[in-house]
Amino acid sequence: MSALRRGSVAVVGAAESDLGQVAPHTSPVDLMAQATMRALDDCGLKLSDIDGIFSAATQVRTAPMTLAEYLRIKPGYFDGTAIGGSSFMTHVAHAQAAIEHGLCEVALIAYGSTQRSVSRAAASPREYNPYESPYRPFMPSSAYAMAASRHMHQYGTTREQLAEVAVAARKWALLNPKAWEKEPLTVEQVLKSRMVSYPLTVRDCCLVVDGGGAVILTSAARAKSLRKKPAYVLGVGESLSHASISSMPDLTVTAAAESGPKACRMAGLKPSDINMLSLYDAFTITPILFLEDLGFCPKGEGGRFVSNGRIAPGGKLAVNTSGGGLSYCHPGMYGLLVIIEAVRQVRGECEKRQVKDCEVALAHGNGGVLSSQCTVIFGGASTV
Amino acid sequence: MPDLMKQSPLGRYLEHCKKGELAYQVDADGKAVFYPRAVAPGTGSDKLEWRVSKGLGTVHATTAVFTRDQPPHNVALIDLDEGFRMMSRVEDIDPVQVKIGMRVQVRMHPGDDKQPPYPVFAPAGGGK
Repeated sequence: MSALRRGSVAVVGAAESDLGQVAPHTSPVDLMAQATMRALDDCGLKLSDIDGIFSAATQVRTAPMTLAEYLRIKPGYFDGTAIGGSSFMTHVAHAQAAIEHGLCEVALIAYGSTQRSVSRAAASPREYNPYESPYRPFMPSSAYAMAASRHMHQYGTTREQLAEVAVAARKWALLNPKAWEKEPLTVEQVLKSRMVSYPLTVRDCCLVVDGGGAVILTSAARAKSLRKKPAYVLGVGESLSHASISSMPDLTVTAAAESGPKACRMAGLKPSDINMLSLYDAFTITPILFLEDLGFCPKGEGGRFVSNGRIAPGGKLAVNTSGGGLSYCHPGMYGLLVIIEAVRQVRGECEKRQVKDCEVALAHGNGGVLSSQCTVIFGGASTV
Repeated sequence: MPDLMKQSPLGRYLEHCKKGELAYQVDADGKAVFYPRAVAPGTGSDKLEWRVSKGLGTVHATTAVFTRDQPPHNVALIDLDEGFRMMSRVEDIDPVQVKIGMRVQVRMHPGDDKQPPYPVFAPAGGGK
């Protein structure tokens, strides 16, 4: 049993910063602050209401501290847990715990990156690993490529099936005015694109763009009086399995197999109760692994599962309706934007890409090289 | 407890590499440990014994890295027969042709001014 209470807190404000390629000399904290004010405007709360800050960013080592200084607020509670792209799902879980225990009332989770402007190498320099770095893996792509190599070897997954994930993401992106990519994409184009780390081409890999976001959480009681429909936190689950790909216990099974069921148990829901999935798609192999590990198809079936447009607009299961990290936006640690799309779907704000009657959305974050896996399940008013 | 004032796990590993040896550790239960550590994973015990691998292994996972200005190079995870896994690369063969399940044999790459010697692999019994 989870120590946290289903539906005790809700996301009440959610917003992106400017996305894509921002003006020269924009800082990651400029983007965090911009997104914060938009998220506050979204819910009608003020800067002075924030008493908890949760943040992590590769360009800002002490993110909660730097952001508090920038905004000139003095939060009584802060958390800078940094476990890669899933940090923000973890922040949701930790913010829920803090709010439940009265350690803060209004929690801000914020992120910003200028990795397109300053280059990926400058925005997130890799730590030197004496047992890996001499072999010059192109990280993180090569780690995901090796996981894909195992999945192909063990389960017969094909490059075409990987490409289906990118094509579905692109179709969704064409319905999202904020998406970076504006042109259609075919399986053949994915396969013929520049090879990055075999079997992954550049179109199997997430975008490298600037961007950020912010969400505001507060208690369910307070959420009811605010501007927008609350997206209640029904379940959370966190799990870590390794840090370097050489130490991943099984390259075809991620710790989402633990975080997902944990979140579902807390929410009292099963995969078939979930209307929409927001899955961290750093590479085309990742949604395939997560669909399996979160229980939407049997292990090994992910490649076949995503084929024939099943996760594309009009398909049986709505996955990554924003266009995902592959086609909408991927500013380094993409997890916060994964959350924002799930919140918007539950609120019914997604216009052309809105999933009909979306009352339950699952946001799944991935960090490192399939290392940290965190799941958050959001629900609308009918679920609490 | 391990005396990190005298020697580090990586320091000892690199000494073996200089001698052309791929070293690993074995814990109190006889289980292979890699990368080398100051304490055994899971138990925290400092009863870690150093061994030298025979250097025979099997490719567990593989990729070929394509860079803009150089020919592609292989990166692979190798399962050594002694029961540990490490990252390395397989040489003497087209990097895309390295296959999972392929038997490989270690050899020491000499390194250079900045990079100490490090173990790489080639197909067991000769490549091509």
